[in-house]
Amino acid sequence: MTATPIVDVDGVYKSFGANEVLRGVELHVDEHQVVCLIGASGSGKSTLLRCINGLETIDAGEIRLDGEIVTGRGVDLDWLRREVGIVFQSYNLFPHMSVIDNVTLGPIKVLRIPKRYAQEQAMALLSRIGLADKATDYPDRLSGGQQQRVAIVRALAMGPRVLLLDEITSALDPELVSEVLNIVRELAEEGMTMLIATHEMGFAREVSSKVCFLDGGVVVEEGTPEQIFSAPEQARTQAFLHRIIEAGRL
Amino acid sequence: MSLLASRPPAPTGVARPRTATRVHTRLTPSIVALVVAVVIVAALWWSLWFFHSSLGVDGWRLLVMDLVLIVIAGAGLSVLIAGVRAVRAAMRAESRRRDGDLTAARVAAEDAKDAIWYVVGFGLTALVVAFLAVFLSSNDGAVRKTFFDWTVMGKSINPLLDAFWLNIKIFVVAEVLVLIWGLVVAVCRLVPGKAGAPVRLLAVAYTDLFRGMPAILVIYLIVFGLGLADLPLVNSLSRDQQRFWLPVLALVLVYGAYVTEVYRSGLESIHWSQTAAARSLGLSHGQTLRYVIVPQAVRRIVPPLLNDFIGLQKDTALLAFVGVIEIFNESTLLKSKYFNLTPVVGAGIAFVVVTIPMARFTDYLVRRDQARMRAST
Repeated sequence: MTATPIVDVDGVYKSFGANEVLRGVELHVDEHQVVCLIGASGSGKSTLLRCINGLETIDAGEIRLDGEIVTGRGVDLDWLRREVGIVFQSYNLFPHMSVIDNVTLGPIKVLRIPKRYAQEQAMALLSRIGLADKATDYPDRLSGGQQQRVAIVRALAMGPRVLLLDEITSALDPELVSEVLNIVRELAEEGMTMLIATHEMGFAREVSSKVCFLDGGVVVEEGTPEQIFSAPEQARTQAFLHRIIEAGRL
Repeated sequence: MSLLASRPPAPTGVARPRTATRVHTRLTPSIVALVVAVVIVAALWWSLWFFHSSLGVDGWRLLVMDLVLIVIAGAGLSVLIAGVRAVRAAMRAESRRRDGDLTAARVAAEDAKDAIWYVVGFGLTALVVAFLAVFLSSNDGAVRKTFFDWTVMGKSINPLLDAFWLNIKIFVVAEVLVLIWGLVVAVCRLVPGKAGAPVRLLAVAYTDLFRGMPAILVIYLIVFGLGLADLPLVNSLSRDQQRFWLPVLALVLVYGAYVTEVYRSGLESIHWSQTAAARSLGLSHGQTLRYVIVPQAVRRIVPPLLNDFIGLQKDTALLAFVGVIEIFNESTLLKSKYFNLTPVVGAGIAFVVVTIPMARFTDYLVRRDQARMRAST
């Protein structure tokens, strides 16, 4: 299988002032793959996702989307973001818009889909996640789990080829985590290409085709979930997983 | 070592004071409050009598005034009632304590405390009313007649309202233009990149300049200056049109500078994650501002914006100094005609009557928005 990876991160460096967050990250995501990024807070998971979506510029290296370079000057970021959706830890729904308006804003204003069609499409998506009856509510009337599900639908409504999930359950109460993860599980089964930064190790183990352990701004180790979680080769990976097990999170 | 900080041991031989079983019945402060209440009510009633006897009117006017005075006098009684309540509650607390029912005693003492605070709050208000009554009727009612003369008021009200109509037209048009102009300048201040630097600089220079200059000076320079400068555009307007549009322009320039700052603080108060979310959907910089940032910012800035609008409305009175016959100018003309300040007070009332409903309306808008979106960001 030598098809071009859909997301190809090649030697990416990124600093915020003196703080070097990414130090030559290498990462490949093939179509229909679910890749989980694990690692301690501050290891660069979120920054990497934000770079792939063009929310941050990179200092060196390049990122390719389906073979096309999408970093550097002159890249059409608005086009990139149509192809690559992102869901944030803090949902970031627009509080002044109803749920349906949140979901249809992008399709109507960016993709220029007629309003009626966009709304039909949005309602279909909302029904699938069981929130059709909340369509006209404002986000503050929804629980955290419901808000995060709407945020996922908002990203899906743009029809992205790749979905980036940035610790989407970290801000949720424990009892709300599963309703969000179930949607991600369904998307995985349907073959959605996803790159997931997560602290939910059990979920990562179950859902991913590949797990990458990030530490100090580089991918220290990558492999199948069985390799990484059962027989990690690198000392740093072992130490990290040991701490996770100690905390009862795996 | 335990993580729980241990409580310092009580000194040996000293029993911890059982504060929960002590009851302050507040008998003494209650009696003081009652005495104060009696004095205050006496002062209020005397001042109202003094006001009544200085009234130089008769017939239905006297009847209306006396009715008002009687209502005020009756309201003053509440101070006295609160004083009596305080003493009675304190006495009840005393007797409950003697009976050993400490819980009931504490409740009664708390009632006494509440009543004492009533005496303080209502009493202070009554004292202010008493002072005003005496002040207005002192010098045999001369103060009152200087500021509130019913006959002068009756004769001035129509010309005043006619003149005020001009103020209203000027500030309504100016407010609409300020809303647009302020947003334009605010967005200019937020233009990104190196290429935007001169635009940002221009916007900053404008706000600094017009916030720094006294409004009266800008009005003077623009209304007189542009009129004198023989500009073709200005000259093409009729004299009446000039008298309207030049003041509007001056007020827009001055208040645009304030409102720009209000907009800017509103735009900057929206968390950057909202921008990230909008951009991640592929919305452009402009679309993000238009659909996501500005609508949220506008809701937040309504109260400060309204403050500036109240300022703008009041500052239409400054136009009197460049010869615009607005309400203040008209009121001073009437003042000279009747040799009495009532028309000027009437002009003041006109401004207040317009601004108070506006303030209440904003409160309502703010409450409605808060109910609808309790900032879920």
